[in-house]
Amino acid sequence: MEHNAVKQILSCRDVSKTFYGDGKCTEVIRHIDFDVTENEFVVLFGPGQCGKTTLIKMLAGLEECEEGSISLENEKITGPRPDLGVVYQTTALFPWCTVRGNIEFGPKVRNKDKKETRKRADHFIDLVGLKGFEDSYPKALSGGMRQRVGIARAYCNDPRVLLMDEPFGHLDAQTRYMMEEALENIWQKEKRTVIFVTNNIEEAIYLADRIILLTNRPASIKQEFKIELPRPRDYVSPEFLKLREIITQAMDATV
Amino acid sequence: MDEKQQKLLEHEKQQRAQKRKYLMISVVSVCVFFFVWELITGILHILPDYTMPSPVKVLDSFIKKFYTKTPDGEILPVHIITSLKVSLFGFFLGSVTGVPIGIMMAWHPRFEKFFRPLFDLIRPVPTVAWIPIMILWFGIGLGAKAAVIFVSAFIPCVVNSFAGIKQTSQVHLWVAQTFGASRREMLFRIAIPTALPSIFTGLRLSLGSSWMALVAAEMLAANKGLGYMIYTSRSLGRADLIIVGMLTIGAIGAILSYVLGIAEKRIVKGVSR
Repeated sequence: MEHNAVKQILSCRDVSKTFYGDGKCTEVIRHIDFDVTENEFVVLFGPGQCGKTTLIKMLAGLEECEEGSISLENEKITGPRPDLGVVYQTTALFPWCTVRGNIEFGPKVRNKDKKETRKRADHFIDLVGLKGFEDSYPKALSGGMRQRVGIARAYCNDPRVLLMDEPFGHLDAQTRYMMEEALENIWQKEKRTVIFVTNNIEEAIYLADRIILLTNRPASIKQEFKIELPRPRDYVSPEFLKLREIITQAMDATV
Repeated sequence: MDEKQQKLLEHEKQQRAQKRKYLMISVVSVCVFFFVWELITGILHILPDYTMPSPVKVLDSFIKKFYTKTPDGEILPVHIITSLKVSLFGFFLGSVTGVPIGIMMAWHPRFEKFFRPLFDLIRPVPTVAWIPIMILWFGIGLGAKAAVIFVSAFIPCVVNSFAGIKQTSQVHLWVAQTFGASRREMLFRIAIPTALPSIFTGLRLSLGSSWMALVAAEMLAANKGLGYMIYTSRSLGRADLIIVGMLTIGAIGAILSYVLGIAEKRIVKGVSR
């Protein structure tokens, strides 16, 4: 047991994964090993198609580890569970539910108290800035708004760890900046342990406490960067740009 | 701002005018149809009355048929009610069995493997080909017709429910799984809502085909009903009554599918069609 104040919450012990199919073996993840402390914002940063999504799915319990293990507070993750919330790449909202219906989905499935759920939902709808859109259907929302619903939906289920798989990957650059700011804001107000996957370096530096740089497939950890710039960060401050340069260089050496 | 408001009103006005124009075109289309019909029958007498009566004559027969039992033994409302009863009964049976079977086939792979070959064998058999065997089994009463209609309603329900469930998004299932949903809950909260538009397509097709199958069945085996009326009128050379029957069948079919469309709009939410 460590003696400092930070509490370790999630650990990924020597995880590997190979896919078998179509008459070949595809090694996607090789010996990945890291720990995440409570309320830490960790960004998994790596080139496209490097196996980040597979890693997130394994962390979420949606994919089995072939070797090694992942555990949440010393308890092995063997399947999907409510305390591991996931925000997906593309809109994973249910088109047949309103904004409120989507956000209340998790608590409803778990038969939580209705009044309590409603209050929680209202709180997170407000937090992500969707007040007034409670009864809209997803098709009426913009891409950014949909991801806000996705974030609120994950939060409303009160997970210990939030896993985000390139949630802003499909947004245009401007919306993306806005959403990064919004997420930072939400996270400051409602601290959670977050593991965030991206292939966008600015996004990584803007959001992360720590960046884990992954190599190309099979993904393994190349290097880790602690980001200690004060929040909220400035995309064009010299320190930001300096970090960007350092990480870009490390990344170039990867590919 | 006032100017913008003005423009908005102007725009809406234009759209309404456009809509009116399109409605006019539809009305004109129907009018032209009836006029041409009247022209070649009632006015110019190009076609003889016994093969193609004029619309005026058809309307006259239509009204008279409400209280005249000749030549087929029943007044029009009785035919309509008889036909509706049988076809709605068959449609109901077909959909309450077809939809769940389609859903189960899509949701449980074993169920699919078991039923698929049987279903693929039965599916291509045209509805009309079922009629003789059904008459042998059930006689010419309600039973045979209901059974034929059942078959014709059942098949589109199975096919479309199956296809609808298969459209379920993997990501949606993951989301539900992470929220702790059981497989049963995933079926009811994810897969069925996904499939709902498709299920309704199936119901609409079923309703259509059961109405069509009905007429076919009644021509072969019945003593009242719209199909029977048409068939009897043919053997008596009453073209006017044949057309009355056809138009009635068309109108009722359209009304049924309209009613189902309203139900669909109420139930299927948030999905753009």
